Amino acid sequence: MTEAPHNDTPALADEARRRFLKRAGLTAGFSLFAGSALAAGLPKALDEATSSERRWGILVDAGKCPEGCTACVDACFEEMGIEGPRVGDNHSRPDQDSQWIRKVSLKNEDTGHALALPVMCQHCTYPPCVDVCPTGASFKRADGIVLVDRHVCIGCRYCIMACPYKARCFVHEAIHDQEPYMPRGKGTAEGCTMCVHRIDHGMKPACVVACHEEGAGAMTFGDTNDPESAIAGKLRDNTTSAIRADLGTEPGIRYMGI
Amino acid sequence: MTNRIRYHTIDNSPGFWAIFVLFLILSAIGLGAAFYMEHHGHWVTGMSQNVVWGTPHVFAVFLIVAASGALNTASIGSVFGRKPYKPLAPLSALLAGALLIGGLAVLVLDLGRPDRLVIAMTHYNFRSIFAWNIFLYTGFLVVLLAYIWTMLDRNVKAYSTPVGFIGFLWRLVLTTGTGSIFGFLVGRAAYDAAIMAPMFIAMSFSFGTALYILCMLAIMVGNGRPVGDELVARMAKLLGVFVAGSLFFVAVHHLTNIYGPETRGLEAFLLLDGGIYTSLFWLGFVLLGSVVPMVLFFHPATNRSFSMVSLGAVLVVLGGLAEIYVIIIGGQAVPQVLFPGYEVSSSFFDGSVAYYAPSWPEVLLGISGFAMAFLVVALGVKVLRFMPHSLADPLVDAHFKGKADKARGGDAAQAQTA
Amino acid sequence: MTGKRGITSPLRTAIAVVVLALAAGATPAAAGDDIAPDVPEARKGEHCVKPVPYMRRNHMDMLKHKRDKTMHKGQRKKKYSLKRCMDCHAVKGDDGDFVTAKSDKHFCNVCHDTAAVNPDCFSCHASTPGGELKVQSKEASR
Repeated sequence: MTEAPHNDTPALADEARRRFLKRAGLTAGFSLFAGSALAAGLPKALDEATSSERRWGILVDAGKCPEGCTACVDACFEEMGIEGPRVGDNHSRPDQDSQWIRKVSLKNEDTGHALALPVMCQHCTYPPCVDVCPTGASFKRADGIVLVDRHVCIGCRYCIMACPYKARCFVHEAIHDQEPYMPRGKGTAEGCTMCVHRIDHGMKPACVVACHEEGAGAMTFGDTNDPESAIAGKLRDNTTSAIRADLGTEPGIRYMGI
Repeated sequence: MTNRIRYHTIDNSPGFWAIFVLFLILSAIGLGAAFYMEHHGHWVTGMSQNVVWGTPHVFAVFLIVAASGALNTASIGSVFGRKPYKPLAPLSALLAGALLIGGLAVLVLDLGRPDRLVIAMTHYNFRSIFAWNIFLYTGFLVVLLAYIWTMLDRNVKAYSTPVGFIGFLWRLVLTTGTGSIFGFLVGRAAYDAAIMAPMFIAMSFSFGTALYILCMLAIMVGNGRPVGDELVARMAKLLGVFVAGSLFFVAVHHLTNIYGPETRGLEAFLLLDGGIYTSLFWLGFVLLGSVVPMVLFFHPATNRSFSMVSLGAVLVVLGGLAEIYVIIIGGQAVPQVLFPGYEVSSSFFDGSVAYYAPSWPEVLLGISGFAMAFLVVALGVKVLRFMPHSLADPLVDAHFKGKADKARGGDAAQAQTA
Repeated sequence: MTGKRGITSPLRTAIAVVVLALAAGATPAAAGDDIAPDVPEARKGEHCVKPVPYMRRNHMDMLKHKRDKTMHKGQRKKKYSLKRCMDCHAVKGDDGDFVTAKSDKHFCNVCHDTAAVNPDCFSCHASTPGGELKVQSKEASR
């Protein structure tokens, strides 16, 4: 299945690139998307198989995330072509619409402390949705991104039952005008892909981009396996946690301030 | 020989065919409902992102649980060697298979992509209890076929005990698998518990035996074949014990959840202020589905009356459906706790009790599961010799010491005991 | 990158032959134009990513192979992708917009309708070209 990386471009002498390429076990080749390359680390070549060398993750600083800001949610809906509960030209009731990411408002019952944060697929290291899926449609990529292979999804919805984060959705009606990079269809499960179509092209997820450019800059995306990445630095320097850390799912999405 | 039980197919009668056509129509309506849901998508149902398993799952799980329990009657005869249950065994195995087929049909027809069912046969993830269940269910059908063969064919009768034993073990594992569908859900407090598996086994004893008694009485009495009072009373008391057993497991599950502060909110919802779920639990499952039937089954004034025992069995079935509804729908209606200690709200209904009302297509599909099961039973008893000509007490129990004229249900009884 | 492939007239003849053979259950000798599908010309390019007879037989396997590679390994070279098919083979309707898979004019449908094959691709996939990311980063465009 795996094809050798393409050899279109000679390796650059750049230190970071060589270090990266060596680590990835490559001799040559990297993305054509150098212009939008990630700040830390390099995107893989387009035809290179993803590997566990990387572990993509997002750090959400809940302290910075303002109540009422939905830049990440709006960007996700726009990028993924999700009608969402706000358009209303579909048949589904609001509680039947997919929401791959949502802003949750929290208030501590005892202290009154309030905060808000986005919740999406947590891209667990040990994802319950993957364990329960009878056909293997729900799976985890080598780089930690949890996806639904809709080609083998039979729509049993066991993954939605199993997800501790309420992050999986079920498509209740036929979908038209899908984005070509984001197939979605009636009768199958779906959820946040961490914008895998962007990551594979060396770009950041839409929510993270929007959070930085329109929101409060509360989200940091990157390769947590790369000690020199911004996210790895923040994870090292700050107290962070995960939602329902007690379950031991070890999410790729981590939070500060919860 | 008057003291030997003979097995006959069911005679042609307008009643039989009327019931057969009724089941056929109900099955067709269910298929139509499934097509309607599949064609439009699940937005036409009461299901949502919060309650993804709706009424079809309630019926499907009930039928699958009852299927394994329906084999009890045969197991008591073959595995535990209780002679009076032996003539009851062929129908027991037939009903078990029929209920499983009905339940699986409902489950499969409610899939988001039922057209891709073949994928469930070609792609397996063996970490999934669902995937294991596919083998447990199909394997159970194979074991049942073999068991029925050993019972109906004299040439292989010797194998009926070992095959029956395999069937008994298989059904225990099968229901463990069904219960574990819920028991393995670590992310939902309403399910995540090892007791789900034994609780489902206890429920299977109860639901399956209730359906067995109903089917047996309907076929025997409906065809004028005698059934002994003692036999019915014996089965009623057995069912009463099973009902008590499932009540016990349900009670222990709730008590454990009440004890832990983490799950007290969940229990307060289900047992006190959950509206329909609270009513279904206390009135449906506990009172009408357990206490009333137990009185009917244990009281000597009622446990020899076919109509009272039938009433009790119907109540057990309805109460069982109510309890499965509370488990499946109620368990999803309770908000998932992502942030313990926090009040939460979101556009995605975090922190709020999910609304669910069954839609007609869901209910019709669910009911058609029963119809399909009974259709299989009707076909079976019509073409193969599943049913004994008589279940009069002196016939089924050599040690019967009761009044000889107790057998009722048809002219044959009178003829025999005269 | 784009614009190197197209539908050549041998493909049309070949498809006609296959369809006739399927329909008649006969050897592909009696080709005729009357019932053959009128396969639309590709909008771009000289030839397809593989020779036409190969594509005709193997396009579904190629798509499936590519699908698994992309889905599970993130290998996104576009050459054998469904998106790439749309780039060249999409057909415009009378209104000047690309027709979707709902239309019997759609490139895939022209043959599949004739051969009575119902591909499951477009219950999820877009059936028209395009694919500009909706969320563009200002940072990246600088």
